[in-house]
Amino acid sequence: MTAGVQWTRKDLLGLKDLSVDEIELILDTAKSFSEVSQRDVKKSPALRGKTVVNLFLEPSTRTRVSFELAEKRLSADAIGMASGGSSMTKGESLWDTIANIEALKVDIIVMRHGSSGAPHRVSNYTHCGIVNAGDGINEHPTQGLLDIFTLREIKGKIKGLKVVFVGDILHSRVARSNVWGLTKLGAEVVICGPKTLIPWGIEELGVKVVHDVKKAIDDADAVTLLRIQMERQNETLFPSIREYASTFGLTLQLFKRAKPDAILMHPGPVNRGVEIEGALADSSQSYILKQVTNGIAVRMAVLYLLSGALKNE
Amino acid sequence: MSAEKLVLDSASIDRALVRIAHEIFECHKAPQLLAVVGIRTRGVYLAERLQKKLHEITGTEIPLGTLDITMYRDDLSEVGPNPEVRETKLPFDLNKRVVLLVDDVLYTGRTVRAALDALNDYGRPKMIQLAVLVDRGHRELPIRADYVGKNVPTSVKERVIIRIKEVDGKDEAVITGGNGI
Repeated sequence: MTAGVQWTRKDLLGLKDLSVDEIELILDTAKSFSEVSQRDVKKSPALRGKTVVNLFLEPSTRTRVSFELAEKRLSADAIGMASGGSSMTKGESLWDTIANIEALKVDIIVMRHGSSGAPHRVSNYTHCGIVNAGDGINEHPTQGLLDIFTLREIKGKIKGLKVVFVGDILHSRVARSNVWGLTKLGAEVVICGPKTLIPWGIEELGVKVVHDVKKAIDDADAVTLLRIQMERQNETLFPSIREYASTFGLTLQLFKRAKPDAILMHPGPVNRGVEIEGALADSSQSYILKQVTNGIAVRMAVLYLLSGALKNE
Repeated sequence: MSAEKLVLDSASIDRALVRIAHEIFECHKAPQLLAVVGIRTRGVYLAERLQKKLHEITGTEIPLGTLDITMYRDDLSEVGPNPEVRETKLPFDLNKRVVLLVDDVLYTGRTVRAALDALNDYGRPKMIQLAVLVDRGHRELPIRADYVGKNVPTSVKERVIIRIKEVDGKDEAVITGGNGI
């Protein structure tokens, strides 16, 4: 339990900054909030009267919908803003956009931005709480937390587990958030993918890099697959999608190398036939949809904790 | 640190729970409709004990639940940080049941108000009743208990502390603080 730990941050920018106690407080709080989504009345009044703006300056479906549901199930008033329909297309700077949102007496801004570090910069200029919903290739903390939450829920612990990430690590903010969180909690993290898609020097974060996918998933407790982010590929980093699929694509057969009770995770969207065989995505060891469900609880927990800290701002 | 004044010892707590269980049975002739719900933290253990006693008296296994009212508190928008939210477990259908809400101390009534709001989000019980070990007065809301272990007149400066074996190592209720009142 995390008795005695108190949340005092107005922002959630990344798992890099969090202590083990803070991560566990979020996970424990999320466990309590997961029950709200199982009721007939999926509503709790914890954020009644609070306003949250979802500022998504990069395309998103599942994260945006998940945040909106989390906000509504906490009784907050949620407003969506996307780059397309906003004044940002008329030349307004990010700082002015944030200043305008603050002038509307908003409490929390959930922000997705294409540039790494954008929410960190913004958080220094506003009294609003900032939740990073993905910044460039840096972090996606709520996704990292929900992956860790799902893993802990199924395995009962994190310490000592072998967790493998296969795919495009270079462009993956999900992988980075997971690496920060899992290594802090004592998991053994293995990274696997084509050499061109593994960031240089990632071993310094305490992970092991294995390029042979078979060796990487041997005896794994969990495997998370990451899709190839075509939208972020400016240069040719591997010969073809088909070649990637035949070298790194995970199949039911290949997954047998992991422990018999190993779990398969994927932050989505899933590209069937590329990083994952359809039958594996649908197998009983796949927890992909469980992750989606858990995402709401984790985001509710984060919003609840931030709103508590904001009272002292 | 002022001295503690003992209000209830272990044996009197047990006797109070036995009496409350009898009163409940006297009031509700159909124990199969009952459910016992403890409010976190100490209400949970008192609810467990009350449920056991009801089982002994009525021969019926009455469903038991745990309620965390943190999300429903009326002071969440005052000072931070927010208190930790713990788990709520209500493994039965509340509709048409008589819910016996159990807490350790009844004071301002705000916890009970939050608990009533919370239960409302889980279903529509036929009736909700309140059982408390100690009623210390000073209500700030129009709320009263249906079953009381002991009425203890207090000053607002005093604190009533309930200790439960499962949490604190022993069973007792004490008053502390105040100006010798």
